[in-house]
Amino acid sequence: MTPRGPAWLVGGACVLAGSLAGAIALGVAELSVGQVLRVLSARAGLPVAPPTLLTDSIVWDLRLPRVLLAALVGAGLAVCGAVLQALTRNPLADPYLLGISGGASTGAVAVLVLGWGTGAAALSLGAFAGAIVAFGATLLLAGARWTQPGRIVLAGVAAGQLFSAVTSLVVVSQATLQNTRSITFWLLGSLAVASWPTVALCAGVGAAGLLVCWASAPALDAFSYGADVAQTLGFHPGRVRALLFTTTALLAAVLVASSGAIGFVGLLVPHAARFLVGSRHRRLLPASALTGAVFLVWADTAARTAFAPQEVPVGVVTALVGVPAFALVLRRRPAT
Amino acid sequence: MRVTGEHLTVAVRGRRLLSGVDLVAEPGSTVGLLGPNGSGKSTLLRTLAGLRDPTGGQVRLDGADRRTLPRRTVARRVAVVTQQTPADLDLTVRDVLLLARIPHRSRLAPVTTADVEGADRAAERAGLPGYGDRAWSSLSGGERQRVDLARAFLQDPDVLLLDEPTNHLDVRHQLDLLEQLASSPVTVVVALHGLDLAAQYCDRIVLLARGEIVAAGTPAEVLTPERIAAVFEVRAEVTIGADGRPDIRIRRPS
Repeated sequence: MTPRGPAWLVGGACVLAGSLAGAIALGVAELSVGQVLRVLSARAGLPVAPPTLLTDSIVWDLRLPRVLLAALVGAGLAVCGAVLQALTRNPLADPYLLGISGGASTGAVAVLVLGWGTGAAALSLGAFAGAIVAFGATLLLAGARWTQPGRIVLAGVAAGQLFSAVTSLVVVSQATLQNTRSITFWLLGSLAVASWPTVALCAGVGAAGLLVCWASAPALDAFSYGADVAQTLGFHPGRVRALLFTTTALLAAVLVASSGAIGFVGLLVPHAARFLVGSRHRRLLPASALTGAVFLVWADTAARTAFAPQEVPVGVVTALVGVPAFALVLRRRPAT
Repeated sequence: MRVTGEHLTVAVRGRRLLSGVDLVAEPGSTVGLLGPNGSGKSTLLRTLAGLRDPTGGQVRLDGADRRTLPRRTVARRVAVVTQQTPADLDLTVRDVLLLARIPHRSRLAPVTTADVEGADRAAERAGLPGYGDRAWSSLSGGERQRVDLARAFLQDPDVLLLDEPTNHLDVRHQLDLLEQLASSPVTVVVALHGLDLAAQYCDRIVLLARGEIVAAGTPAEVLTPERIAAVFEVRAEVTIGADGRPDIRIRRPS
């Protein structure tokens, strides 16, 4: 029996809140959870003893945006993964299925090569543009019948490979780029450049994306059983797929532009969430969002503290933790 | 509800799968579609179900062109069971049964306790009590078919369109299903392979070959030894029983 009612939702929200506070406290400059809460209370205008300027700055300017971005990106990737797995009926689908990550890396690299800027904002803009162009290329390759899962998945794989190859070609041919850490950032994913505007953008787009997907939960239930049955239950397969492929592509593009292509979250977390609350999307989507948020918050905390002051790209951590966890999930799956 | 197919033609890349097929299923009747492999039974059924748009002709539900009716309205009244590949995601039997109630509630409304209880009762009626939490992927072919049929009945339809619903069932469950179909007030169009069972349970038979109707009428009118020999290329002995239904025995080729 899966947990009933809003109990798991409240429980999950508590775990997330605790994770956020704990993750903010951990770091090179060690803080207590009490100090973190004091900064947040002071910022909220509550009558508490004011924290030191340094503590305030560490919490408010550095760690809070980063931890929040980790939560938002983790939640967003997990929701995209859950939706695409249902739509394509493929347990291996992930948010980058439609060529998004390859395009984003090409966009970021193009910005560096063309000298349009080296800052985080310029790279993000380039990555977003690249991701959208790659999605466009995927649609173009898939042709008129692009809403058929088989076609769009093949087209997405092809487009992603093409853009990744272009990125590699540019990186190898441009000597100055080879040592650029920014490239590694896009290829492996990192939350190091989190800022409040990025957090706000991801929160807005993420909330809108989750809402669209959540409203489509019955359709996703039906599609994960079969497109024929979904159609006889009153859904228009073409329209539902067009809406959800586009929504997840846009959401993934924003996320990848904010944090690089963090792997494994979108692939693994939906399976873990299915194990926790079952396969009905009305529950699965919020549960995926919560699980993804908690997972990425802790993965990023490990990434910045394990070898401090040296940082490991968070994508490396998600893969290191993710592969054994995925193996466990696979073992729990009933034999078909 | 009356289901009518008028001059249905389906062509794929110039190859005709159906040519000008006419079919009427009167309210509450059970119509059997018979024919050899590739005769167009599935194509006809999928066309009636709206899963395939006919190249020519139209499907009418109580006289109204089904393409002009809202999808949800149709979904509340017409349930379909197709031959399908099993899902690779971890759905439970209860998840599958609950799909049946989707057309009956508004898009944002949650699944209620009553829905869940209804799904569990449907599993019981299908002879699978306590199967609610079982993974769909762990079921046998026959069990999956019974769940899928229970899902169609739980949709509470006026019309059932079934594509070979008995092909994985053991003989008892085949009879149970056909009894249920014949005695229910629902209009049924069902593609079948077994001539003997079709003869015993269907009100009308539509015999197809190469995408065209060879004969249509009562089982006794349609299923004559000559026609069975011509369409299926087998030798059959047919005797008409006391109930007026043909009793068909397929003989070994000699």
